[in-house]
Amino acid sequence: MSHLPYILCLILFLIGLYAVLVKKNLIKIIIGLGIIDYSLNLFLVLIGYKKQSIFPILSKDTQIQPMVDPLPQALVLTAIVIGLAVTMLMVAIAIRLYEKYETFDITQIRKLKG
Amino acid sequence: MTVETIISFLIFLMILGAVVAVELKDLLSSVVSIGAVGVILSLTFLLLQAPDLAIVQLVVEILALIILIRATVTRDSVNYSQREIFVKVVTMIGVVVFLISLVSIIKLLPPFGEPKLKVASYYITEGLGIKNNISETGAANIVSSIILDYRAYDTLGEATVLFCAVLGVLAVMRKVGRKNER
Amino acid sequence: MKDKNNNSGMTLIVKTVTRLTVGLIMLYGLYITFHGHLTPGGGFAGGVILALSFIHLILAFGKDFVIKKFSEKIAGVFESIGAVLFLTIAVSGFLVGYFFINIYGKGIPFNLFSAGIILPCNLSIMLIVGFGLFCAFLTLLLFISSKE
Repeated sequence: MSHLPYILCLILFLIGLYAVLVKKNLIKIIIGLGIIDYSLNLFLVLIGYKKQSIFPILSKDTQIQPMVDPLPQALVLTAIVIGLAVTMLMVAIAIRLYEKYETFDITQIRKLKG
Repeated sequence: MTVETIISFLIFLMILGAVVAVELKDLLSSVVSIGAVGVILSLTFLLLQAPDLAIVQLVVEILALIILIRATVTRDSVNYSQREIFVKVVTMIGVVVFLISLVSIIKLLPPFGEPKLKVASYYITEGLGIKNNISETGAANIVSSIILDYRAYDTLGEATVLFCAVLGVLAVMRKVGRKNER
Repeated sequence: MKDKNNNSGMTLIVKTVTRLTVGLIMLYGLYITFHGHLTPGGGFAGGVILALSFIHLILAFGKDFVIKKFSEKIAGVFESIGAVLFLTIAVSGFLVGYFFINIYGKGIPFNLFSAGIILPCNLSIMLIVGFGLFCAFLTLLLFISSKE
């Protein structure tokens, strides 16, 4: 099975999707979005891997060897930090909602006209 | 033990950690378990020959854990009632159908470990100076030269997104809401 | 948290170890940023490590002690300086004719001051990421403690 890492990465994405759709607690939904974040970054880096290659950094005394694809690594590097900033914003909104409604349950947070 | 076997085993450990994080009733335990998933992910990045990403994933994971624990540990978690069985069964059926239909598309990708490298071969030979021994950018780290020399517009966009997220947090957190005026 | 004996924060062992090591953590973040074109790392990793060193101070000494010296307004000013510096480097490409082109000298490979535009850009990204995350964390903390 040469596609096994891709399929396992897809199962991780589906676990996060299940958490977002089914759970009632707001913090569990934020955790589910974090799991989706991890699985997508892992998928991008898995595409660029090359067998028996080395990391894409040159140093003074090594010979020239075949290197891993550096383009997905450059894309994922900024995506990880952006994921952190979005998680921070979600936690800020969740704290604000708790102050107003006294609960994290999403079926009680219904009154949109505050 | 090939690299593919080790990486499949590590992703299987991540799946176990994610299932534990989603299903536990205690909020603090599930936050700690998602921290474990992040650390195993950093180890996987190291095995996939990406040291930049391993450093960034580890420190970002620590910061996310600090924020989540600070927000949840001071609030008591009442036991919420579960959703009805109907919603859970329908979601599981939808997820399984999604999985089966995507597996047939994933088999069209090239096999694991043999990428095509159409765009990046230019970055490697010209950026490092392997072909004519004069490098275009002068840097030894290809990933830095990609995000700051060849594709600097994307980094400008990323800095804008980060700035707006911080502004959003500052705008949401005000001391006096409108509730107190009534 | 209102004692006069400076009893806020954590125990004495944590405070002593923090005094010895927090400067080293900040220096490590600066090192990873400045050598971003030679070793793995770059502006993003260095910025997050710098923010972690400030948060370490808050967790060990209590936030009242840190806010007196380093309020969130000063952190906001530093973050804006980083953003303006990034745009200045981008606009300076107009001297040649394009926006955001690499016109600084390339230098000898494997030196510290080589690779043109990459070193000042890493520095400005470290300012944006580090002080921005610290400012947002401080705002979250101030809001939580004012309602309890």
